[in-house]
Amino acid sequence: MGFLLSQALTALASASSLFLVAAGLTVIFGVTRVVNFAHGSLTMLGAYVAWTILRHLPRDPASFCLGVLATTLALAALGALLEMTLLRRIYRAPELFQLLATFGVVLMVQDATLHIWGPDDLSLPRPPWMRGFVTLLDQRFPQYDLYLIAAGPVVLALLWLVLNRTRWGRLVRAATQDREMVACLGVDQRVLFTTVFALGSALAGLAGALALPDGSANLGIDLSVVTEAFVVVVIGGLGSVPGAYLASLLIAGLQAVGIVVLPKITLVLVFLVMAAVLTVRPNGLLGRPVAAAAVLGAQPPVRPSSPALRWVGVVLLLLFVLAPLVAPSWILAIGTEAAVAVLFAASLHFMMGPGGMPSFGHAAWFGIGAYAAALSATVLAAPMPLALLLAPVAAGVIAGAFGAVVVRLSGIYLAMLTLAFAQIVWAIAFQSVGLTGGDNGILGVWPPGWVASPARFYWLTLALCAGGTLLLRRVLYAPLGYAIRATRDAPARADAIGLPSNAIRVVAVTVSGAAAGLAGAIFTFAHGSAFPTYVSIPRSVDALLMVLLGGVGTMTGPIIGALAYTGLSDLLLRATELWRFVLGAAIVALVLLFPAGLAGAFAGRHGDA
Amino acid sequence: MTVTRRALLAGTAATLAAPALVRAQGSGVLRVGEVNSYTAQPAFTLPYRNGWQLAVAQVNAAGGVLGRKLEVLSRDDAGQPQNATRLAGELLGDNHADLLAGGFLSNVGLALSDYALQNKALYVAGEPLADALVWEKGNPNTFRLRPDTYMQVAMLMQEAAKLPAKRWVTVAPNYEYGQSCVKWFKQMMAKVRPDVTVVAEQWPALGKLDAGPTVAALEQAKPEGIFNVLFGGDLTAFVRAANTRGLFEGRSVVSVLTGEPEYLDPLGDEAPEGWLVTGYPWDQLKTPDNTKFVEDYRAMFKEPPRMGSVVGYTLIHAIVAGVARAGATDLPALIKGFAGAQFDTPFGSANFRSIDHQSTLGAFVGSTALVGGKGAMKDWHYVDGATVMPTDDFVRNVRPA
Amino acid sequence: MPEPRLIVTGLRRAFGGQPAVSDVSFTLDQGEMLALIGPNGAGKSTTFNMVGGQLRPDAGQIRLDGRDITGLSPRRIAGLGVGRTFQITATFGSMTVRENVQMALLAARREFWRAWRPVRDQHAAEAAALLEAVGLLAQASRPAAILAYGDLKRLELAMALADKPRLLLMDEPTAGMAPAERVALMQLTRRLASGRRVAVLFTEHDMDVVFSTADRILVLNRGRLIASGTGPQIRANQQVREIYLGTGQTSGGH
Repeated sequence: MGFLLSQALTALASASSLFLVAAGLTVIFGVTRVVNFAHGSLTMLGAYVAWTILRHLPRDPASFCLGVLATTLALAALGALLEMTLLRRIYRAPELFQLLATFGVVLMVQDATLHIWGPDDLSLPRPPWMRGFVTLLDQRFPQYDLYLIAAGPVVLALLWLVLNRTRWGRLVRAATQDREMVACLGVDQRVLFTTVFALGSALAGLAGALALPDGSANLGIDLSVVTEAFVVVVIGGLGSVPGAYLASLLIAGLQAVGIVVLPKITLVLVFLVMAAVLTVRPNGLLGRPVAAAAVLGAQPPVRPSSPALRWVGVVLLLLFVLAPLVAPSWILAIGTEAAVAVLFAASLHFMMGPGGMPSFGHAAWFGIGAYAAALSATVLAAPMPLALLLAPVAAGVIAGAFGAVVVRLSGIYLAMLTLAFAQIVWAIAFQSVGLTGGDNGILGVWPPGWVASPARFYWLTLALCAGGTLLLRRVLYAPLGYAIRATRDAPARADAIGLPSNAIRVVAVTVSGAAAGLAGAIFTFAHGSAFPTYVSIPRSVDALLMVLLGGVGTMTGPIIGALAYTGLSDLLLRATELWRFVLGAAIVALVLLFPAGLAGAFAGRHGDA
Repeated sequence: MTVTRRALLAGTAATLAAPALVRAQGSGVLRVGEVNSYTAQPAFTLPYRNGWQLAVAQVNAAGGVLGRKLEVLSRDDAGQPQNATRLAGELLGDNHADLLAGGFLSNVGLALSDYALQNKALYVAGEPLADALVWEKGNPNTFRLRPDTYMQVAMLMQEAAKLPAKRWVTVAPNYEYGQSCVKWFKQMMAKVRPDVTVVAEQWPALGKLDAGPTVAALEQAKPEGIFNVLFGGDLTAFVRAANTRGLFEGRSVVSVLTGEPEYLDPLGDEAPEGWLVTGYPWDQLKTPDNTKFVEDYRAMFKEPPRMGSVVGYTLIHAIVAGVARAGATDLPALIKGFAGAQFDTPFGSANFRSIDHQSTLGAFVGSTALVGGKGAMKDWHYVDGATVMPTDDFVRNVRPA
Repeated sequence: MPEPRLIVTGLRRAFGGQPAVSDVSFTLDQGEMLALIGPNGAGKSTTFNMVGGQLRPDAGQIRLDGRDITGLSPRRIAGLGVGRTFQITATFGSMTVRENVQMALLAARREFWRAWRPVRDQHAAEAAALLEAVGLLAQASRPAAILAYGDLKRLELAMALADKPRLLLMDEPTAGMAPAERVALMQLTRRLASGRRVAVLFTEHDMDVVFSTADRILVLNRGRLIASGTGPQIRANQQVREIYLGTGQTSGGH
């Protein structure tokens, strides 16, 4: 009995922590429609700033509150600065470009934090009052957790008061419902957005600071927090503050039960909950429908490549084909990498651009292909050509099944469900040591003798990846590709002219998954191994970056994006220890300069791409 | 530290810029192609890099090896095994490295080991702990310095078996390392103490420990002993929640690696007392070897060494010993030279076993204590790795022919 | 005299217990243009959407050329030869005008799974003919997204005709257009429909359009059919006059 009470209270405390992070994210999204990937980074900075401030303060409760307040204000200021220097310039860009820019910020904050505070985990010595406990039915329960339990509802109530009882709050709520309307009323949107962003960042800082006594400020906070916060916000319904609290309660409660019943499932649990909730309620618990079109913005017509562009393509391909004759082996290694990246990016583009279905978890199909190839080569002892065939089939079949389930979702909710699925695949790869070898991976998956030399394998890779990419292009110019775009452009019209929209979307996901699976399989043979990192969030983000850098609206975009991104990241990894910072800054700069992607910028100037 | 880093970058840049012909083999330089997760795992790899830089300086001051100057070509894999193998290819193919070394994560180590086998190169792993590296996935081209998970648990087991506790719980991050440690703990315990039962297991996701519920669930099992494999940020959160909730009171705790400064220092004044741990009491170990190492290290970097520093430092000395014994740098000679090569470490002398290429470097086993508001090890003693290896039959059984 | 193209009998639909359409019956011959009018909330859209398959009737029957299509999905109904235009135009913005029609032609022929030959030269001549018919040929290569509103309506018409429909459903076809364009569009529709023997059912607010183009007019009020007949008959109908004049509305317009 005491145990149940203790677990229930612990769940309430966890719910508060979750809610504090999620609240800021959902407030920001509700008004600005920015999917702020950097929210976790703000939370991380909150922890570090709190550490720095609290270290210099006495350890009594009043000073602690003062320090937390100071942290909150510092983060509010930082948030406002971020809004004014970066986000303000990209509100008109499609949602996914904003996501891209905020991901650039994540990279920059990572390196900046490492260089300001160093690599070690920083924990704050806890004074006795923080270590104190109360005894409830024979169970010791941390006093600090009691404060946390209160913090969630208090913040919820304060937010409610601010949003419902102040003029500013009414404007925020109006803006959440109808941005244009508020603009029409003559409200200075810029001030409104800046203050909202400052509020959201302050909440992130508060969350980071309040979590500090229970753990440490460390460099892993950003990504681990932001995925959880996204899940909470999506389950609760984007933009809904009470929804976020409800979702936090749901997740924390299930976690507390899950830890006792199935200790190994905790990592997957939140994503399973999200998938279940979204299947039943496609807009989250308390969310309202979000316009899907804004995710990518309006798309221009797709024209056939101009002769000039074709020649550029042919020359480029020829250069790639001839490279092994002159280039050193590291160029071949990067060339293999780039070829795989092109196919991977093209597969994501297929689904996201023409298909209009954004994916934050495209690494799932890449990883399934990689593991399918590795497992068929090791467990089934299949020869490489068979493994290379089985991998896209496996990825395509699973993608098709996934597509059939999520076909009714759109926009950010669909993207989040793809993320959830990728995380589940990752968890299986990472934790099921018996099947996948866990993080040690599957090794010894090398190509057979006839393509073992680097040059030969490079040529094989080039043939498969260029062939696959051209095939995807071909499909896009054929009736099927038009039908896929038709279901994206005007679903009602597609229905009216007799297109089976759902089936077409499922086919688009299947083709996209199969192509990504082939890329993964080639990657596995190129490196002789399959690892959970192939399915990780950064890998999905890589694909997104490549497609968005290149531009979604053109068929050439993913190719340019993949080549540019692979080249850029490799160059930076070699050139500087600060590669994350520079890469992040480059991404931010590119979004600011070319909001339609590199190929889009090219198309704008030449009327064609 | 900035100075050395810049020097390193300059060195790397010069290597890249120099024409390939000048860098051809036999130019009087022994090149170690080193790959590690510098940007992804800075807490370990930065002290580790200091360690190998110190060793390289010492070796070259003493005239290098085989009359050749020692050069380390260092690359960052960003924590991704696929980067590691690609960089290994470059190091061997374009930069003419004579052998490969490095790795922190087990998967990077295994990927490099497999790559070395495939591409007929020698690989010396420093930190990676996976047993598979020298056993199930072992190969003739791979040598490993640190005691692996089996040895880490076995070192603890000598003392843990004497504890009165019969009801045990385990808590470990849910991935290969954690699962492997718990597996060995249960197997070894069952062998020496049939009266022991494991009554509950907790498997938090790595880096995502939900401390409160986990501690409460462990407490609920009313254990007498706790076997912990958590480390880093998870460990800090776990210890804090457990201290408040009194999980450790009156219970025996056995914990892997917690005595290493990397993991003990962040616990601050909440470092637990009386845990049985493996680790490195750098400031208490007054042997001439360690004293000299600590002094040199502090002189060069103005900070105390960590376990990572020892690994980086020892890795270079082990490589130098192996190459010196081989007398040449072709693969068969290197393998022959490394197998059985004896080398000095801050902990004393160690060697690479011929049977599985695992080094006999050991670790210190002791209990934790609070000294001056900081965690420290006490009553520690060195356990030679050679004493906690499984039988040769066992090794032959699991190692591919 | 052949059987009427569309026979609707006893159509009924309620929302939350509130009847929206009660016992509506009418017929529509091929080549005939039938307007469905009535004040807001009269049940026009409900009736319309039941015929198109967007709503399932609670009772009643809808027969197309003798075949029962009651309760079929919009896509099945489309497949049986029912074309439709929307109140808010819906065309494929990322395609050119020609490609929009080509897409409709490909869909009509169930050729949309083909994944090899480029669309560029598939059904190009037929698309050109349709565009010619609606007067859009000169704009064939422009992106649909930048067309003027009236042109979009005509594009929709061309797309709806691609499937050689037997019945054309047009929901508020002239909404949002300049008054001068409205009659022109419906006269174009009338010309194309009678030439192709297509039956047209449309809802409309603009009484000028209704009375100048419809062969017959159905008047709904509160879910019931209160009058049906030619323009002059409807004008003369006392009940209709009461409804419209009583609410002070002569030409809708909202």
